[in-house]
Amino acid sequence: MTRARTVLLPPALAIVFAALLCAVALLISGDSPVTALRVMVTQVGEGTTAVDIVNSGAIYYIAALAVAIGFQMKLFNIGIEGQYRLAACVAAIVGGALVLPPVVHTLVIIVVAAVVGAVWAGIAALLKAYRGVSEVISTIMLNFIATGLIAFLIRPDSFGVLQGNNISTAPIEPSGHFPGISFGSSGTLFGMVAVAVLLGLGYWFLLNRTRFGFELKASGESPTAATAGGVDARRMVIIALVLSGAVAGLVGLPELLGRDLAYTLTSPQGYGFTGIAVALLGRNHPLGIALGALLWAFLDKSALALDNVGVPREIVLIMQGSVVLSVVIAYEIVRRYELAAEQRRVAAQLRSAAAAEKVAS
Amino acid sequence: MSAAPQSDPRRPRIPTWVRVVSVVAAGVVILSVTATLTGQYQLTSRGTTQAAVLLLLPILFAGLGGLWSERAGVINIGLEGMMILGTWGAAWAGYQWGPWAAVLGGIVLGALGGLLHAVATVTFNVNHIVSGVAITLLGMGVTKYLSTLLFEPISQNPRQSPRVEAFNTFSVQPVADSLASVESQQRVLLSDVAGLLGGLLSGLTPLVIIGFALVPISYLVLWRTRFGLRLRSCGENPVAAESLGVKVVTYKYVGVVISGALAGLGGAALTLNPGQLGYLEGQTGGRGYIGLAAMIFGNWRPGGLLAGSALFGYVDGVQLRAGGEAVHGLLYGATILAVGLAVVWVARRRWRAALIAAVAGAVVYGVYYSIDTVPREFAAYAPQLVTLLVLAVASQRLRPPAAIGLEYRRGEGD
Amino acid sequence: MATSAAEFAVELSGITKRFPGVVANDDIHLQVRRGEVHALCGENGAGKSTLMKILYGMQQPDEGTISVNGEHVRFRSPSDAIKAGIGMVHQHFMLADNLTVAENILLGAEGLLGIGGAARRRIAELAGTVGLDVDPRVLVERLGVADRQRVEIIKVLYRGARTVILDEPTAVLVPQEVGELFDTLRAMRSDGFTFLFISHKLDEVRAIADSITVIRRGMSVGTADPASVTSRQLAEMMVGSELPSPETRDSTVTHREALRVEGLELAGESGARPVLTGIDLVVRAGEVLGIAGVEGNGQTELVETIMGMRRASSGTVALAGRDLSHASTLERREAGIGYVPEDRTRHGLLASQPLWANRMLGYQSRPPVSRGGFLGLLDRGAARRDTERIVAEFDVRTPSVDVPAAALSGGNQQKLVVGRELSGDPVLLIASHPTRGVDVGAQAGIWEELRRARARGLAVLLVSADLDELIGLSDRIKVMLRGTLVADADPATVTPEELGAAMTGADGSAEAVV
Repeated sequence: MTRARTVLLPPALAIVFAALLCAVALLISGDSPVTALRVMVTQVGEGTTAVDIVNSGAIYYIAALAVAIGFQMKLFNIGIEGQYRLAACVAAIVGGALVLPPVVHTLVIIVVAAVVGAVWAGIAALLKAYRGVSEVISTIMLNFIATGLIAFLIRPDSFGVLQGNNISTAPIEPSGHFPGISFGSSGTLFGMVAVAVLLGLGYWFLLNRTRFGFELKASGESPTAATAGGVDARRMVIIALVLSGAVAGLVGLPELLGRDLAYTLTSPQGYGFTGIAVALLGRNHPLGIALGALLWAFLDKSALALDNVGVPREIVLIMQGSVVLSVVIAYEIVRRYELAAEQRRVAAQLRSAAAAEKVAS
Repeated sequence: MSAAPQSDPRRPRIPTWVRVVSVVAAGVVILSVTATLTGQYQLTSRGTTQAAVLLLLPILFAGLGGLWSERAGVINIGLEGMMILGTWGAAWAGYQWGPWAAVLGGIVLGALGGLLHAVATVTFNVNHIVSGVAITLLGMGVTKYLSTLLFEPISQNPRQSPRVEAFNTFSVQPVADSLASVESQQRVLLSDVAGLLGGLLSGLTPLVIIGFALVPISYLVLWRTRFGLRLRSCGENPVAAESLGVKVVTYKYVGVVISGALAGLGGAALTLNPGQLGYLEGQTGGRGYIGLAAMIFGNWRPGGLLAGSALFGYVDGVQLRAGGEAVHGLLYGATILAVGLAVVWVARRRWRAALIAAVAGAVVYGVYYSIDTVPREFAAYAPQLVTLLVLAVASQRLRPPAAIGLEYRRGEGD
Repeated sequence: MATSAAEFAVELSGITKRFPGVVANDDIHLQVRRGEVHALCGENGAGKSTLMKILYGMQQPDEGTISVNGEHVRFRSPSDAIKAGIGMVHQHFMLADNLTVAENILLGAEGLLGIGGAARRRIAELAGTVGLDVDPRVLVERLGVADRQRVEIIKVLYRGARTVILDEPTAVLVPQEVGELFDTLRAMRSDGFTFLFISHKLDEVRAIADSITVIRRGMSVGTADPASVTSRQLAEMMVGSELPSPETRDSTVTHREALRVEGLELAGESGARPVLTGIDLVVRAGEVLGIAGVEGNGQTELVETIMGMRRASSGTVALAGRDLSHASTLERREAGIGYVPEDRTRHGLLASQPLWANRMLGYQSRPPVSRGGFLGLLDRGAARRDTERIVAEFDVRTPSVDVPAAALSGGNQQKLVVGRELSGDPVLLIASHPTRGVDVGAQAGIWEELRRARARGLAVLLVSADLDELIGLSDRIKVMLRGTLVADADPATVTPEELGAAMTGADGSAEAVV
């Protein structure tokens, strides 16, 4: 009962608060919040919106899982952005160059992406473990450098191909695609959605049922206690960041293998930061993250629908930003309240037990 | 509580100003030698220096912002978001009432971002990095929304503001002109110094003056006044500060709000940069983060962060003004630096450091020798690469405020 | 100025303070005469600290009044208390390491004399009063414990305090430094300063105090005259019953070597002098080896090096004949070392995790917690059952094993840690300050468990600052000074004073057997 309250109340409050904030913003700018809400809700049933939401949600989900692995031990992998983009780029180059039988081809691309993401995060991991460099700063810098590296890699004189006035990598042969599930006119679900679900299950299992998960959480809760308990802090930093990077490497794949089939200069950006926001919304819990990812995707899609009725689409960005900020504040308040309540409860139970003892003796 | 014995407090230390002067002099000599030997005279030209000054300005403001916040114990990774808010605020106020209004607009919106960060981190104890990321997201959203709402009707473009009048530039005459004539004589060292100095003394705007003035001002306020002592004590040991009657929460708020204002000022500097139209979406390009990196590079001290900003601004200026070949020339300069450091460390019998410097020098020289130009794509991100390298080498010698990023609640001491 | 008729510098009456679930102070009365050293005694958790925080304005009482020099006052913050002439020296020093001595003193009091020359002169003057001999421009991080305490006292005096609260001031000092502190206090008392001296070290209280107030379980139980009261009587007032004593009975020492450490050395950071040099020691099964020493002389480092948390620069560590010199912390634990760390909240527990998850810490690779296998699957059911066993056997007072560790009291947390570290049949238990900060009941329980484990043949390496505990529990004692073991002592004959002298090297012959 109280547990459900702890888990569900903060995000609910935050969403309501953010919605109110946006309603006020809309009223000030002379738009109707009611219309906006109606449009946002009804759009889900139209066209390919529902499938699009799940597709985007899966991408955000993978990104948020990558973030959450780091968060579990209080590591801030701000570098998901650079890791997934570089991984998608290199995977596209490798996938476009190879000729392999189906399935194997796809698997190779996936593995390459994971490895590239892991290696890129590994730089930050080594710097943190051996040189004490804050992973926050190093991953931010690595994001920039990844942008430069990608631009270099897909130059026509490196691995790029000029297509119209856009530069792209060589397209991946059909043997390397990840087939989706078609819903006819409602769109096609990326095959990678299934991978995202599996990743979520794996994350849950790893965290709650294995020694690694325990050590990860222990290191996050108290690095000193973990060390005294025989957890090798340096090793955990490296494993956690590399694992986070490997998962991050997969973020670009649903679109690469299910829709774009090549990496271009205009391939989507920003999923890394979305991942951070979604992980915060979902409080690092696999189910919470899933809900957060879907909410985020839903808001994204709302932007288009709002635009059609003349409501500034950017209101969605404000909504997203304020949801994140208010949800972290709400979690913090509830967490503190719960701990105090727990201490009171323990003290009260012990007092009554002591009183009973006294009576008995 | 092992009081580790450190270097003898009685040993005479080299005065700070001597060290600063010698570091600057060494830098100038290295650049001069590099320019002469590689023929990349752009490295020390007035134009490059001017570009560097304008490029370092937003980084410097952001770095100062980071300083004020982190000295009060609050990590501010939201500088980027506050800077974005500042660019918008500057453009909005600037196109209506001129450049000084733009400065004020940037400051106010940045400070609002700082206030939000303070509410989240100080009042609600939200993790500082989480709050910073959220504020950056929010800053991007709010500016996009407001631009669509307020700029698009005038500029016909939701990503851009109407034209904002910039400050007139001015030069320190007659010094600037005579330096220009010395520079054109192409004399070793002399012309290089003239070029570097000339760039610092011409093409100035009031913001450049403000920026450079804020470095000593920040130092004096933070290290030489009672206000500064109290603010720093909140970053070092807030519980102790509270026990002495310091209103920790208030000082943290002040520090973070000033931090936001400075970041906003950095945004205004971007908007008002000569050659800029005004607000442009994505204009900050991560300079808030670079400012934070410059501050860390500078060991949380004003002089150090000026050096860090100057380094980033300079490398950026070189690659923008002179391109990949000049950046390539800088590799040569880096080799000289590494060899010089190796020699110094050998003299001080620090063998391991000397060896590392020598190897690094050899590697850099190898890169220099094997390529003709640094690809544009990498040249553009040279500052980030330098940051990473510097952190990798020096991060263990840095001394951040002791209580930075830690949760603090009133009345919970002991 | 207050009327000279007011006899009391400070008078607290009817102070009551409730926290969620506890009454920390219950109708406490305390009267402190001007110009006296007034001791406040009580065991850990009796409510002394809360009372002092109230007097210093850090917390507000729910009921009761405070008078200073006969006038009623209300302190909303420490600044109010400072204005009324009350200062406090906290047990855990309130100093910022990265600020200079002068900055630490001036912080919050810049308004008095500015931060320039006048302030410097005043600091120099006060430094003379308390015997501090360092340049006020050096960073506090370079100061030793006694000097830090002097800085703390100067801080208080600089603000014009005439009444000074000293919270357990001797806890971190060696006997010789305690003597110096007392000399300073006596000199200042004759200058008209008033001191409120909080302590549970009864001999010290009797040596310095002019009058004594004892509190127990948040209530004042009475006052005593130090001239006539005995330590035994005082202790019984504090505890309210017969004292527990840590005395070990018959020797259970065997000839089996459990731990052998030879030539252990730990290098200092970046060229500083070594933290540990030439440590040789042997602990046999059924034996308790005590390590005495002033804090900061390498005991923490010794323990952490034996645990593999710090890497020794040379030397060997062997457990029951097996060389563990290069083993990781986890390998050492698996080989049979249990570890009760000195700071349970930092090193022993995961505060927000439930008790059963805390049971897994340090045992994550072994049954009953782990099922083993490639993935290292955990057996949460077994971990819970074993936690329940510990809760029952070690009398951990908790409603269930699902509450977070942070919800337990310090004593119960420590019992949980001791219970955990004694599970899985360890060969050796390293116990660092095992009863620090726990109540008397828990202390007695932990001593009893250690004795029982010793009787079963466990080897124990005991590090403690509590010399009575050390003498009472150990079969042999080694004294540690500046990173080396300098002397041996026989607990059957040694007195705390002799040990204290050896701990500071003041006995003249550092190598002597006491």
